[in-house]
Amino acid sequence: MEIRIIKFEFTSQIPTNVRNQSRSVSSQSLTSTESEWKLPSPRVVGMILVILTETALFTIFVVAYLYYIGKSISGPYPHEVLELPILGTVMLLSSSVTIVIAEQNLHKGVNSLFNLWWVITALLGIGFLIYTGVEWHKLIYEDHLTISTNLFGSTFYSLVGLHASHVVVGLILILMILILNLTGCVKHYHHEHVIMISWYWHFVDAVWIVVFTVVYVIGAKS
Amino acid sequence: MPNGTTITESGTELQPARPGEERGTATGWLQDLVFTVDHKKLGMLYVGTGLFFFVLAGIMALLIRAQLAFPNGHVTSPQEFNSLITMHGTVMIFWVAMPIVFGMINYLVPLMIGARDMAFPRLNAFSFWLTFFSGFFLFLSFVAGPGLYGASGAPDAGWFAIAPLTSSAFSKGPSIDYWSLSVLISGIGSVTGGINIMVTIICFRTRGMTLHRMPLFVWLSLVTMFLVVVFLPPLSAAQIMLTLERFLGATFFDAQAGGSAILWQHFFWIFGHPEVYILVLPAFAVISEVVPVFSRKPIFGYPMMVAATVLIGFISAGVWAHHMFTVGLNSFGVTFFAMATLAISVPTGIKMFNWLATMYGGKIRLELPMIFAIAFLFQFLIAGLTGIMLGVAPFDWQLNDSYFVIAHFHYVIVGGILYGIFGFLYYWYPKAFGRMLDKKLGLWHFWLFTIGFHLTFDPQHFAGVLGMPRRIYTYHPGRGWELWNLISTIGAFFQAAGTICLVVNLLWSARKGKIAGDDPWDAWTLEWATTSPPPDYNFETLPEVRSRRPLWDLKHPEDPDWKFE
Amino acid sequence: MIHQTSVLVLLICLGIFVVVGGLLFYAVVRYRRRTDDDDTTEPPQVYGSTAIELAWTVPPILIVVVLALATARTVGEIQSPKFAADPLQVRIVGHRFWWELHYPKYNIVTANEIHVPVSYLSTPRPIELTLASADVAHGFWVPELNGKQWLVPDKETKWWIQPTSLGIYLGNCTVLCGYQHANMLIRVVVEPPEEFEKWVARQQQPPNPDASTEAGHKAFESNSCGSCHTIDGTNSQGIFGPNLTHFMSRQTLGAGVAPNDDANLKSWLHDPQVLKPGCLMPDMKLDQTQFDEILAYLKTLN
Repeated sequence: MEIRIIKFEFTSQIPTNVRNQSRSVSSQSLTSTESEWKLPSPRVVGMILVILTETALFTIFVVAYLYYIGKSISGPYPHEVLELPILGTVMLLSSSVTIVIAEQNLHKGVNSLFNLWWVITALLGIGFLIYTGVEWHKLIYEDHLTISTNLFGSTFYSLVGLHASHVVVGLILILMILILNLTGCVKHYHHEHVIMISWYWHFVDAVWIVVFTVVYVIGAKS
Repeated sequence: MPNGTTITESGTELQPARPGEERGTATGWLQDLVFTVDHKKLGMLYVGTGLFFFVLAGIMALLIRAQLAFPNGHVTSPQEFNSLITMHGTVMIFWVAMPIVFGMINYLVPLMIGARDMAFPRLNAFSFWLTFFSGFFLFLSFVAGPGLYGASGAPDAGWFAIAPLTSSAFSKGPSIDYWSLSVLISGIGSVTGGINIMVTIICFRTRGMTLHRMPLFVWLSLVTMFLVVVFLPPLSAAQIMLTLERFLGATFFDAQAGGSAILWQHFFWIFGHPEVYILVLPAFAVISEVVPVFSRKPIFGYPMMVAATVLIGFISAGVWAHHMFTVGLNSFGVTFFAMATLAISVPTGIKMFNWLATMYGGKIRLELPMIFAIAFLFQFLIAGLTGIMLGVAPFDWQLNDSYFVIAHFHYVIVGGILYGIFGFLYYWYPKAFGRMLDKKLGLWHFWLFTIGFHLTFDPQHFAGVLGMPRRIYTYHPGRGWELWNLISTIGAFFQAAGTICLVVNLLWSARKGKIAGDDPWDAWTLEWATTSPPPDYNFETLPEVRSRRPLWDLKHPEDPDWKFE
Repeated sequence: MIHQTSVLVLLICLGIFVVVGGLLFYAVVRYRRRTDDDDTTEPPQVYGSTAIELAWTVPPILIVVVLALATARTVGEIQSPKFAADPLQVRIVGHRFWWELHYPKYNIVTANEIHVPVSYLSTPRPIELTLASADVAHGFWVPELNGKQWLVPDKETKWWIQPTSLGIYLGNCTVLCGYQHANMLIRVVVEPPEEFEKWVARQQQPPNPDASTEAGHKAFESNSCGSCHTIDGTNSQGIFGPNLTHFMSRQTLGAGVAPNDDANLKSWLHDPQVLKPGCLMPDMKLDQTQFDEILAYLKTLN
């Protein structure tokens, strides 16, 4: 039996009138040609993976923090110097609420309110950073706790610092969207882009909840 | 012989354009490569970079072997030796194996899934250039000079940089910082590349290509990149901690401050073990494409192959401390990790059997890709078995940190992964360059390299059993190691000769190889349905598939796959 | 114990290798495309078989279970040993690039050469090693005495050996610890119990002050050798370098880098970096008189 090899051409030799159709690769017609071929949005999958990889990064610093609780040889110790960062936490977590409000306004098409709530989110984020800065100033200059003082210092500054750096990145992203929006570049089809940035922001907040629990609740008595 | 469609002699009108040739001039070609965001060109840049660093790290290996050929060798000083072994290992893993893996996947995945490019082309370019420049940054360390404290240039604490040897107290000067920072930057490139590849596979498959119709290459790439995304950050975290310790006096691994040097190892190996799976799964991917085509049968048990791959991915997360059996873990820890290590051999063994079953009843064509694949199967079998031996913790207690371990992992990486890469080159080079690699030169490459590989690494098993530890720059006569070391060194030069054949083949065939045509191997996946090399946009019209082997369906309309799946 | 488990594993793996390797070889030979074949046909396209896949999944699982059980048992036996007799305690502290040895029961501190009594069935003498590190991670491995363990700065680790044959056993540090990692050698001298007791007695004796080498003794101290080295009963109490009280009783110097003979000792004293480049003893730049005096003095440290 002789096999004839049918060379299927995907090259530019395809006549133009055929080019715009999607060609079936089998010799039978495809019943599913009419049905939907829906794959997830690349932006969404991409952001989920970014969050996944950052989670892996934070996990190691959290593990280091947990492992070293109570193991510092000399002070200052957490119970001596740490205070619950209530104000900072409230600011950061409420910024997650305000960013959702901003999103909703974008969806409804109310650009001015979007800008307003977007800016409030950014201000709350900046407020959190200022709060952290004040806390660190006290720890360094009054309590003499630095990254090299002891295990608590090393793990505290690295973990909280890593989180703060992610807040900074989030703020930069928020600022970029703000500027783009003010210059009229953000269109209705960018809705998903904005939502992905807010997902990142929610992630940063979720990490803060973990950091807060590990540092200021679990490790605070040691 | 119906081995394809359009193999013709060179000189006919079917002269494929070489990549980058469109612009014509030399600077145009360079510009094209520097600014490209095309996955195919970036794929070739990745592979080219990997091969370039392969030659450099290979020269380091030759120096190492030259030093160890005879007892009390004087080819290198102790300091130089420690730098050589560190650089050899670090460069081979991060700037040879990783880029080639990313290059393979970058080039092939969009073609195989019927897409036009990767999900994020500019991010793709960014990932590549990070990898590229971080490699040169690492090599700067050779010329960086003594640093502030008069210490040597290149890093010399081993590729896994055990703390506290890497602390600023014991490693003065910037050498370890070159190691940390270059690997950190390369890691960012890997993670961004990994995200890109995963998004492409999940979101850009052509119509009709469900997850269960993807080529196994694509499945394995997906699992590999998942491992990259999840397990590279622990290394980055550990290196950030090390850098904070070296520059700001942090105490993460400082036993004097209550820290734990062993913690470094946990963090490193949480990355380090999945890393070897990140390297080997793409080799499996190549084998899973080559063996069916050259046996003329579909892969045996596709669903089980996918399941085994996913299982390997998961279990690989839980075996890391088998690198640490001798550091002082308690019995529970040792037993748990030994069991997990033994468990991972089951899905890996299953894959082996599936490949064998694919060959069974087939009509095996012994072309170069298949020859390398068969050698892979043989060598990976041995590598896996020595791995099982080492997984039995008491065995490891005797042979950890000895040449037996070196033999084992080189069997995996060279005998396994590198052979998979060779198979990749011989199989898909025609697609990328439009010309076949020369078969005769390829056989010279194969035989020289394989003889060399066995001469080098088989004796190292014996040296290890006879008590030779790793990372020693020399040894006294009378320990019983001389013969094995000498044979090992001779083998290294054979491998070098084989590599020269490969490089010459790659360069020469780009201009003078036989024209390949679209489908020189009579294969079945989508990349063979476009020209060789493919146009920038990959496919004129995005294809639609109904089965795992769309081209088989086309070529065998009376017996298409979709009737049986 | 390690030996038995290893043999079991080796045999199982050899068996697997023969079976699978044989199947591979058979497949390649039997199913090769023959050039005289009717090459235009494709072989039967078999997609898989659940039954076959199950059949080849079960034996590997069984093998893994067997190996896992063997492993668990051996691990337990070794890490929680039931000694037949009270073990001899030896504490080993790893330094770059030498081994500090303590025998707490006998109040001995020495370096690099470990003497132990042999163990017979009738008189078992297990030796429990407590391992610690003064600087970076090291590894203690004497291949013929089976098994190794790391020496880490974090904490103490434990290992044990029970040599049953007389002899001198050589070993190495197995963890890269710096430039001279290769020459951080171990020497275990397994001797009959009486010889061991003699060695202990000799190590316990303080050195005999000898009037003829008084000048050497003074030179030793004035050149600050004592800031790194200890010689019992003198002002030299340094712990950075090996204890030299019974230096001449050791067969090698420099932690095994060279035999302890006249030529090598002269070379070492002249410049340690010649025999062991990268070791942590600097060139002391002695002038000829000091050199001769200290040399004579060291030779009396039996």
